[in-house]
Amino acid sequence: MDAIRNMDKTTRSNLITYGMVIVAFAVMQGLSSIGAIGSSTKGLLIPICAYISLGISLNLVVGISGELSLGHAGFMSVGAFTGVVVSSLLSGVVANGALRFLLASLAAGGAAALAGVLVGVPVMRLQGDYLAIVTLAFGEIIKNLLNNLWLGWDSEGLHVSMRNANDLSLEAGGKILINGPQGATGIERLSTFTFGFLLIIFTLIVVLNLVNSRSGRAIMAVRDNRIAAESVGISTTKYRLMAFVVSAALAGMAGALYAMNYSSIVPKKFDFNTSINILVFVVLGGMGNIRGGIISATLLTVLPEKLRFLGDLRMLIYAVVLIMVMLVSNNRALQATLQSVVERVRRRRDDDDLVLDAEKGGDA
Amino acid sequence: MARNEGTYKAQSAAAGEGQARAGVPKRASQATKMVPLPTDSLIPERDQGQTILECRHLGIDFGGLHAVEDFNFTVGKTEIAGLIGPNGAGKTTVFNLLTKVYQPTRGAIILDGIDTANMTTPQVAQAGIARTFQNIRLFDSLTVEENVRIGLHNQVKCGMWSGIFRLPRHWLAEKEFHDRALELLDVFGMADQAGAVAGSLPYGAQRRLEIVRALATAPKLLLLDEPAAGMNPSETAELMENIRKIRDDFQIAIMLIEHDMDLVMGVCEGIAVLNFGKIIAKGTPEQIQANPQVIEAYLGKQETDDAALRGKGRRYQ
Repeated sequence: MDAIRNMDKTTRSNLITYGMVIVAFAVMQGLSSIGAIGSSTKGLLIPICAYISLGISLNLVVGISGELSLGHAGFMSVGAFTGVVVSSLLSGVVANGALRFLLASLAAGGAAALAGVLVGVPVMRLQGDYLAIVTLAFGEIIKNLLNNLWLGWDSEGLHVSMRNANDLSLEAGGKILINGPQGATGIERLSTFTFGFLLIIFTLIVVLNLVNSRSGRAIMAVRDNRIAAESVGISTTKYRLMAFVVSAALAGMAGALYAMNYSSIVPKKFDFNTSINILVFVVLGGMGNIRGGIISATLLTVLPEKLRFLGDLRMLIYAVVLIMVMLVSNNRALQATLQSVVERVRRRRDDDDLVLDAEKGGDA
Repeated sequence: MARNEGTYKAQSAAAGEGQARAGVPKRASQATKMVPLPTDSLIPERDQGQTILECRHLGIDFGGLHAVEDFNFTVGKTEIAGLIGPNGAGKTTVFNLLTKVYQPTRGAIILDGIDTANMTTPQVAQAGIARTFQNIRLFDSLTVEENVRIGLHNQVKCGMWSGIFRLPRHWLAEKEFHDRALELLDVFGMADQAGAVAGSLPYGAQRRLEIVRALATAPKLLLLDEPAAGMNPSETAELMENIRKIRDDFQIAIMLIEHDMDLVMGVCEGIAVLNFGKIIAKGTPEQIQANPQVIEAYLGKQETDDAALRGKGRRYQ
């Protein structure tokens, strides 16, 4: 116990985050093994994992790097379709499903990172609202590109068309991998809850380690004060781009996890609404607050499903709940009450820090 | 205050003889672009002709306004130089030119023998110019130590992958970051505040932290923009001590902008006075204090009784 208390604050906070994810995974695994979870909830587990990963990765851009990105679903879809294509191309080569999933995820991350570089290099000349608008446009461009993309595979190799399926001129035994607006069909459902859990852990490791390293400090320095960061010799473009690309790569991997959970996916799924949803996870959980983002991603994925019994009123109630949470969590009086409760608990716990705590209370 | 009265030419020759400087041959090849040399450059005698900064005919226009014009100034290797002038004279603009926040419209900036033309702000920082800001610019949400660690960014190298996958390089770098940051903080008696959030520090400590962060970049020239602003006399006295200490301990040149004349006259060796973007006087504190043009710039022209009366008469006509 003493060892935990003496630990530096960020390390402790990070460990709590990891612990929370591991415990949640163990509990869900245990419950599902004794059959205590309904099939509708079970179906939510993998999407929740994907959305948590997306939330964490977007937090790197929005919370840590301080840029507003509205095109996260774009990177997700690049990863989703790359993952699906790679996994079906490898289906004859790699027999092991887990290995195939891993390779498909890595390819998805790589493709999304490439998209991140392509978008990031020109976009990083912009800031604030302009950056938000360009990333929004990027998301739409990706969606429309995929809507008009036909990809097939036969013994001659890959066939690409931007017109229609016939234009692919596949051989008799050829397989259509991406079928325009109908997206990818016949996907092998390789994603499992365990893979989802491992992806969350991987995403956490990448983001938390990056944040607490030399590069991460540079990213936060640029966020806190651009001019000062440049004055100490930090290239702002490099570190903003780094955050953007790492975030894109992780979003791509989450996209692959998401896609390989369904037998078919359509490009329309990864639209502006999805980007905004992911952004809501981040904002509701607290910008830069990874743990908060995980909790809000879980709740906000479960909530609309659990509100299904309300029928048409479902999204209305969802919106009202969102607004209420935002209002309540930003209520000064409530925050102060909560703070004083926390202080009292802490004071009772160790009298040594009494003076220090009182000072903190005075500040708040 | 013994001063070398030599011209720029003399300094350059001395530098060429005395020690091999990286920039010297380069400068010779650039000699085809002939520029008139400033003849009134002064640096401390102890620097033996070694300059760290030379501004030649530096100028910048904002639209039609010549914000800074024909700025010629030389700073010796361990000189504490001052830049003073009334509000809006262009002092901070000079700092922004030196650090390439603005690219100069005319003229050259030579830092330790290297022309900084076309360099960006981070490049100039790596080349050896560090600065503080008139309105404090700390990384407010980060701790004091993290602020200094960010200052050390280019002193300790460790790539993104090492950081993400916690390779041995990362741990070595983090240890070096920690040790060097605390060492620097200790010089200014701030080591016990290492864990505090920078934005929550009292004003004076924030100013000090900005200086520590700037020093962390291992500069050759430290630019201080109104370091004493908002300080009481005892804090200012402490600051003066610190400025001298920085020069002596780190053996670097310091250039400061300041309105507090006690500090400027007390600590600066060479002073330039700027008014409407032009240097109106250069010299030692004694020379500056006695310069009628400087007094006029600060206090306005003293009207003779006759002129005042004439003015009055005209008004009542």
